[in-house]
Amino acid sequence: MSNAPSLQITELAFAYPDGNQALYGVNLTIQKGERVALLGPNGAGKTTLVMHMNGIHPTMQGEVRISGELVDSKNKESLKAIRSKVGIVFQDPDDQLFMPTVGEDVAFGPYNMGLRGEALEKVVADALTQVGMIDFIDRPPHHLSFGQRRRVAVATVLAMKPEILVLDEPSSNLDPASRRELADILRSLDITIVMVTHDLPYAFELCERSVILSGGIIVADDKTGQILNDEKLLKSHRLELPVGFSFN
Amino acid sequence: MTVLAFISVSVATPITRWPAFIAFFSLLIFAAVMSKIPVLLLFKRALIEIPFVFFAILMPFFGEGEKFSIFGLMVYRDGLLAGTSIVVKGTLGVLAAVILSTTTTAREILRGLETLKLPMIMVQIASFMLRYINVISDEMERMKVARESRGFIATGIKHWKVLATAAAALFIRSYERGERVHLAMLSRGFDGALPSLDSHSVTAREWLTALSIPGFALIASITALLIGW
Repeated sequence: MSNAPSLQITELAFAYPDGNQALYGVNLTIQKGERVALLGPNGAGKTTLVMHMNGIHPTMQGEVRISGELVDSKNKESLKAIRSKVGIVFQDPDDQLFMPTVGEDVAFGPYNMGLRGEALEKVVADALTQVGMIDFIDRPPHHLSFGQRRRVAVATVLAMKPEILVLDEPSSNLDPASRRELADILRSLDITIVMVTHDLPYAFELCERSVILSGGIIVADDKTGQILNDEKLLKSHRLELPVGFSFN
Repeated sequence: MTVLAFISVSVATPITRWPAFIAFFSLLIFAAVMSKIPVLLLFKRALIEIPFVFFAILMPFFGEGEKFSIFGLMVYRDGLLAGTSIVVKGTLGVLAAVILSTTTTAREILRGLETLKLPMIMVQIASFMLRYINVISDEMERMKVARESRGFIATGIKHWKVLATAAAALFIRSYERGERVHLAMLSRGFDGALPSLDSHSVTAREWLTALSIPGFALIASITALLIGW
């Protein structure tokens, strides 16, 4: 099993109950240890795709496999295992941090996986150390800065020892220093990462490979540098580099 | 719970048994002194009661039945009793609550409620409220700033429509946030049980301490009743 790809999506299609189709047959394979940027304009179906990775949205057509295991939203037991393998960091840390203190919030995931007592405390401490937030373990989340909350949100997911880390717009609303700190943390992790973003320089900085999701399908899949140099490709999918930026 | 028991005892005592109330006040002041709360702070926080007792103060002047005069004012006996009762009992309740909230953090209160076997779901709701009250009030503040930045100042009844719309928007946003939080919880394997807060078991001694104040209040109340003051 260990050499199975971390994420394997084949022919995944999905329509919302109101008939609005979001995905039209997505194929994507991500190997263990890769860092991949998932780029795409607003409304391209990025979030919908992410929600399939841990079975929040039931798979309608096609299949999603996490390190070889099929995501089946009807099978409660396997779903639990899948959710411990796929760590999703949501865009708004206030949505993610719901417990009264940082420490309890980080403990939430591992607790649900059945950890108790000292083992639980160790996992929590390790995860907070990884993101440099161990000193804040007893603080309530609303006393932290936005950047700190984002880092704690990453820790809440790391504590579950996921196979694959999915970040939704990790750099949004961060000041330049927090942005760099988060990049350093992400680079230090030995883990498969999928980063959903519009922040093209950030994708370039962190991910060797990028895919563009547009109109519910994958329209490009290449080295990040190649994709960002193809101005025509970017333009046709409502993506643009910041003014004055170029990669040579 | 001490607070609740104390308030129940004082509310259940008829106002005419006034010596019992002197005992109640002494108990509270004793508790406040023991927990080293500055008297000034205690009274400042107790001021929150004022809008509620305002009507109680009017009560003696309206009503029917037996009348008599104090300082040249005609007052109704029943109204006076009811009004005094509300003011006195209200003040006792507020003081007790203020002492609790000054000495105990919200987290500890929640932990206490959990130890007292309050249904899990209620403790959970209260703890979520505690977490999100700041988020929502910040959101409300931002909406207010946004309104005022575009020249809106609420002055009268004709602006209520705008305020009502804002309240509705806030409600919907909070509801949607609730759904996102739930998604985030599911993503981390939530299956209905929150990790319990690390509550320690309560010793008999602590129970005794907790029950002492309402206990004394109950004794004072019954004594006053028996002696017939």
